[in-house]
Amino acid sequence: MAITSLPSADGKELTISIQGRFDFGAHQDFRDSYERVGTTPERYVIDLKGTTYLDSSALGMLLLLRDHAGGDSAEIKLINCSPDVRKILAISNFEQLFSIQ
Amino acid sequence: MADRLSILIAEDNAADRMLLSTIVNRQGHRALTASNGLEAVALFQAERPRLVLMDALMPVMDGFEAARRIKLLAGDALVPIIFLTSLSEDEALVRCLDAGGDDFLAKPYNRVILEAKIKAMDRLRRLQETVLHQRDLIARHNEHLLTEQRVAKAVFDKVAHSGCLSSPNIRYLQSPYALFNGDLLLAAFKPSGGMHVLLGDFTGHGLPAAIGAMPLAEVFYSMTAKGYAMADILREANAKLKRILPVGVFCCATLLNLSFQRRVLEVWNGGLPDGYLRRGEQGDLVPLVSRHLPLGVLEPTTFDDKYEVYPLETGDRVFLWSDGVLETCNVDGEAFGEERLRAVFRANQEPEKLFDEIQQAVVDFRGEAHDDISMLEVTLVEEESLNRPPQTFTDSGLMGALDWSASFEYRARTLKRFNPLPYLMQLLLDVQGLRAQAGALYTVFAELYSNALEHGVIGLDSSLKRDALGFARYYQARSERLAKLEDGYVRFHLEVQQAEDGSGRLAVRVEDSGPGFDVATALKAQPSNELLCGRGLRLISQLSSNCDWPEDGKGLRVEFVWPAQA
Repeated sequence: MAITSLPSADGKELTISIQGRFDFGAHQDFRDSYERVGTTPERYVIDLKGTTYLDSSALGMLLLLRDHAGGDSAEIKLINCSPDVRKILAISNFEQLFSIQ
Repeated sequence: MADRLSILIAEDNAADRMLLSTIVNRQGHRALTASNGLEAVALFQAERPRLVLMDALMPVMDGFEAARRIKLLAGDALVPIIFLTSLSEDEALVRCLDAGGDDFLAKPYNRVILEAKIKAMDRLRRLQETVLHQRDLIARHNEHLLTEQRVAKAVFDKVAHSGCLSSPNIRYLQSPYALFNGDLLLAAFKPSGGMHVLLGDFTGHGLPAAIGAMPLAEVFYSMTAKGYAMADILREANAKLKRILPVGVFCCATLLNLSFQRRVLEVWNGGLPDGYLRRGEQGDLVPLVSRHLPLGVLEPTTFDDKYEVYPLETGDRVFLWSDGVLETCNVDGEAFGEERLRAVFRANQEPEKLFDEIQQAVVDFRGEAHDDISMLEVTLVEEESLNRPPQTFTDSGLMGALDWSASFEYRARTLKRFNPLPYLMQLLLDVQGLRAQAGALYTVFAELYSNALEHGVIGLDSSLKRDALGFARYYQARSERLAKLEDGYVRFHLEVQQAEDGSGRLAVRVEDSGPGFDVATALKAQPSNELLCGRGLRLISQLSSNCDWPEDGKGLRVEFVWPAQA
């Protein structure tokens, strides 16, 4: 599991990439990835391209990010979801809260 | 030198012993001396020195044997033994280490090297001491935690198992420590007959996962006992969890409402994997799909309590599981998955064995049994076959009102969303004589109300429910028409009369704003069990003491009587 975050050039967007298993073990790293950046982005992109697995704790962490990013006004995109990851997001109906691509 | 150590010197040569003592004393430590292995062991037992300098070859007992005994006596603590030896063959040095020696020092002694080795060994000894200390600390904490969990579990079990999970139509599989996996299984009889069943899975593990279970169980049991409908319970549970749980902790859950008499299953699934309804002789599988966010995520204002309604027949089975079943992995790290689960259903010959077959398939797949999965099967049975415990009440009811009447009129805006039955029930169950027949009373009121609302106020035709498709259409039309409702009413007139001997009578009159209908024909045309409609009226007349209707078909009159107190 490795989590990296990269702000866009204008600082308005933060892309967080998650490699490997996205589960409770990623908790601290995931928080750090958006709390310890100097910028205050308007939009977040979670790149799940390298994510092999996602559990309910990960869903909880996504909710924490959503809360951090302004709750209902948060703009968070989940991109490059594998079919397995997409399925888990669909079971929890997270498309109601996040834009899933 | 921070610490003064006591150091045991075992050396048969008096001159060497003297030399070593001097070096050790000069370094600030205390020297204890022995002239052979046996003395060394005795001295070790008596004085517990922290470090040993051990000559390999000594009379009476040699250093190898003495080292073995001292290591045995020392137990977990590290007492470094430095062998002093003039032996230089590799094999002899290996023997020193094999006997438990930690290092060796060749004769003749070099003061600087000996001092350095004592220091190094002392560092090692302290490290071991720290590790042991921390190990004991962790063990104590762990024991403490387990004790707390045992207490928490004991309290929780009392709450969670106050329901009817032991009912013969329910089978379930749950780890004894499921609570701390975040899994939750609840079942309770409704006052109207039938039952509510909930399977929940909280985010995470341990105490954070367990903490939401208690309030959820309380909401589930207390509201079910008071006759609240599934949607009310869902709303309350969601609002409560949202309020008390931190963001990021929530509960994936499926709530089932089984009505044995009306033969209906209502399902709300937020975040759990598809369950299955296995229907009829053919064993058609209807997936019970998650259509909602889990409980505790959305604000009460945006929460969606919409559920699906399915007709049931006796013998139909509902299966639910937590994600543990589907995610069970085999040795290759492959997940069990939905397809294998469906294959078990396809291969099945006798439906009553399905539960065991699924369980077996998961065990076979994984290669060993494990207990962190939760699974549930509920079968639709004839209500009479269930041993329903009598309802219990906390007061005697003797102080209640003896002779009264009341009328209620619920109008359009109320009818849209409010369920008046729990309120009416609480009022009526203050009457002691009615408590014995609380179940029948609730069922009759539920039927009277849905009759008045669905056929009267919004004019739905119950014959729509003749088959599964129509059934679905019926419930869709119901919610559409209710949403658009602007006029209309349902009235309940209640009259209670009790004699001094405790006997009494409740008369209920129900009216609605609909055009009225021909009750006699409706009753005569009561369909056979194969059809999905029209069980309501028959239920009402069977369960009440008396049931009649006015000429114009507008409204029903129902009576309940009860005998004198023994």
